[in-house]
Amino acid sequence: MKETKTLSKVTIHFAGDSGDGIQLAGAQFASTTALAGNDLSTFPDFPAEIRAPIGTTAGVSGFQINFGSEEIHTPGGRPDVLVAMNAAAYKKNFANLKPAGVVIVDPAGFDKKNLRLAGYDDEENPLLNKPSDYQFYEIEVTRLNRDAMKDVDIAPRDRDRSRNMFVLGFIYFLYNRNLEVTLHFLEEKFKHKPAVLEANSKALKAGYNYGDTIEAITRYRIEKAKLPPGEYRNVTGNQALALGLIAAAKKSGLELFYGSYPITPASDILHELAARKNYGVKTFQAEDEIAAITAAIGASFGGALGVTGTSGPGMALKTEALGLAMMLELPLVVINVQRGGPSTGLPTKTEQSDLMQAVYGRNGETPIPVIAASSPSDCFRAAYEATRIALEHMTPVILLSDGYIANSSEPWLFPKAASLAEIKPPIRTKSGDFLPYERDAKEVREWALPGTPGLEHRLGGLEKEDKTGNVSYDPENHELMVKIRARKVALVAKDYPKTELLQGVEGAKLLILGWGNTKGAIQVAVSQALAQGLSVAQLHLHHLNPLPEDLGSLLESFERVLIPELNNGQLVRIIRDKYLVKADVLDKIKGQPFLAEEILDRIKKLLKDGDGN
Amino acid sequence: MEMETKLTARDLSSDQEVKWCPGCGDYSILKQMQSVVPELGIAREDIVFISGIGCSSRFPYYMNTYGMHSIHGRAPAVATGLKIANPDLSIWVITGDGDGLSIGGNHLIHLLRRNVDLNVLLFNNQIYGLTKGQYSPTSEMGKKTKSSPLGSVDHPFNPLALALGADATFVARSIDRDPKHMREILTASNKHKGTSFIEVYQNCNVFNDGTFLNFSDKKLKDAFVLMLEEGQPLIFDQGKKGIRLNGLKPEIVNLEEGASANDLWIHDSKDPTKAYILSRFFDENFPRAFGIIYQEDRNTYEDVLMDQLDQAKGAMGEGDLDDLIRGKRSWTVE
Repeated sequence: MKETKTLSKVTIHFAGDSGDGIQLAGAQFASTTALAGNDLSTFPDFPAEIRAPIGTTAGVSGFQINFGSEEIHTPGGRPDVLVAMNAAAYKKNFANLKPAGVVIVDPAGFDKKNLRLAGYDDEENPLLNKPSDYQFYEIEVTRLNRDAMKDVDIAPRDRDRSRNMFVLGFIYFLYNRNLEVTLHFLEEKFKHKPAVLEANSKALKAGYNYGDTIEAITRYRIEKAKLPPGEYRNVTGNQALALGLIAAAKKSGLELFYGSYPITPASDILHELAARKNYGVKTFQAEDEIAAITAAIGASFGGALGVTGTSGPGMALKTEALGLAMMLELPLVVINVQRGGPSTGLPTKTEQSDLMQAVYGRNGETPIPVIAASSPSDCFRAAYEATRIALEHMTPVILLSDGYIANSSEPWLFPKAASLAEIKPPIRTKSGDFLPYERDAKEVREWALPGTPGLEHRLGGLEKEDKTGNVSYDPENHELMVKIRARKVALVAKDYPKTELLQGVEGAKLLILGWGNTKGAIQVAVSQALAQGLSVAQLHLHHLNPLPEDLGSLLESFERVLIPELNNGQLVRIIRDKYLVKADVLDKIKGQPFLAEEILDRIKKLLKDGDGN
Repeated sequence: MEMETKLTARDLSSDQEVKWCPGCGDYSILKQMQSVVPELGIAREDIVFISGIGCSSRFPYYMNTYGMHSIHGRAPAVATGLKIANPDLSIWVITGDGDGLSIGGNHLIHLLRRNVDLNVLLFNNQIYGLTKGQYSPTSEMGKKTKSSPLGSVDHPFNPLALALGADATFVARSIDRDPKHMREILTASNKHKGTSFIEVYQNCNVFNDGTFLNFSDKKLKDAFVLMLEEGQPLIFDQGKKGIRLNGLKPEIVNLEEGASANDLWIHDSKDPTKAYILSRFFDENFPRAFGIIYQEDRNTYEDVLMDQLDQAKGAMGEGDLDDLIRGKRSWTVE
């Protein structure tokens, strides 16, 4: 008889060679789990090389998923289950596994060659000396999967490529999932390759059936999560960004133009949008980063919603054009999916180190609104909000995402199109008496589109005369224009909703202030701290420039402020500079998101020992 | 309704004072443009001038149309985005040898290969004027300037050969001192569907005066200028000399000394091989070719893109926003 245990939450870490199909298996498990009604959060983590050296720890690709019947805010800390396809994957991840955790391994991945490549001394096999308090499933995946491939018409060298599906099938059995989502996915993906489809489907079923045939195995049940009612889907950050842009374009009555040059981890936005031509989306794969943004500026001049997306190094290249867009006072959305820097840095790892660049990094006095997404599904809101600000305030807007939320996924209670707020760009239709740089009460100028009779005008990067927009070198005018442009961006904050604490109360001893992807980890840490009776609160910023007008008074109510950031301390400098409050940073610069426990530890230290750093 | 009254050159002139140096070749180009545009039958509001940075790039400020003075070298990219957003516009990119061939060289070649339907006027004065006289990517080797006191060590670009190498579909050359020719070329460029590339020799009388004297001076130009006419033999020097092809090798022949006009090379702007040979008339041995060197019909970038959009809409139907947001798999929590 097989026993079934009910769990409220499980974290599984899939690990293998970067060619083992780990990301695909992980993403399938996430889709299936989402449809099964669990809340979840994922964290794909892979090397920058397409095929890093096989069998080495440098080549290990990982996918972690945290899912449960309770609310899930992070991809989990230490996993409960480790799936290691080879010795390198085991070596890299075993130490992180929870005590008494479950290990699923394929002994074929622990042969002499693999042990040597993984760097085990004297090719010592860890499976021969297993820690007794862990539960090991040594499954002969390679052999069993080859058996399953016997009647499939594929080349011998390809028959091992479906091992990921075998393992996935086994895990589906273990966690009481059905195979339907993945079988359907395989049918779509391999529509034109019947043999590959057969191989993968057979492997998946063979893995599942293997679980069913072995004795004395414990299965797990994770009940549906009690999420707010409504219709959900699973979404990654980059998908949600693309959807948000299309939605905002539709709701503002504009065509979406997306200019981009391929760059990790932003390219998926380009891929998503390029597939949406039936929504009128025009994508332009530019010759370089500069062409991507300047083409978007040209499109905006022409009356489209001009958008460009990139990551840190590309952002550096776009800097001059950002200044132009600010001078032209045309709408433009610039997405930076941040990655580890500086320079080429860590292309596939996450970081929040481009905040200063976004807020300050341009020549001259060049204020630009900056907003940040805090989770995969929040990317939709962020893209919509960035577009709204760009269009209604006639300004470039920088949207910060990052590699972690770009590739991670979570269930999303998505909105109905009709419920999305209208966006009203100030397009000028009336001809005559037109001054290109005349402004409304929010210092916003009108958008006069080429093709409109009577509104012919010239824009440019030279300083503008107030109202007429003619070139002007007048000193008084220059100062006036710099002040006007600063005020115009400051006025963007008038549209913000009231700044609200996510947890805790005003006047607590410690405020944890976050931005971007740290939200989930802070949420877990603060709720645990509150449960332990600590005087702590949580606030998360979505608008980083201009900051909310009510933020200063809110910050003053706390004795101290702690800002966890995946950088060497950037928001903390902005906050100290602007509000002169006592703020400390909890920095982490390892290319990995925060674990809740890291933040909780610091909260305890601060509140119990008063030791900030 | 008919277009009320036909535009005049005056209507195309903006209210901004023109600030090029007195005697600059740019004045002539501006004047020809202002007199050609009313003849094109395009409404003023549908015309856009896009420039980069440099003396030539001030051009849009002086045209009473839509315009943008963008950043250094990037006008081709700005114009590409604009054309994709609104393919109905008539777009003119104004650039120079520094703007278009140095800092913006990348954008120029990609514009040409994509064949976006717009016009590029490259004002070539073989010098950096606005920064006061450094050698440019078209300056001759050995040129002494402030930044090359012992002579430039840079081999110069041959702009027409470069354009042909980038698979441009319309390649022409003109010169500031020949207004009639320039108007003809501007008119032909407007007619061409695809990217038209026009190199305009333009005298910088302050920093590089007389660099094109061979092609503008009344006494000199006969010997150095080869005016191309479609379907006509290559004849220059007041009919005294002609050019014939010996295989792929061009030869100058003297028509007064018995060479037959029947053997001469007949200009065919649709022939890419001949166009390439003409573009290499770039030294003292051959006269410099002016006119339309090459033209071909090729799909424009924006037409192909719009076709894809139409096809996608035809195949999948006009996209519904709720369907898009919902995706392929959703579930309901009660």
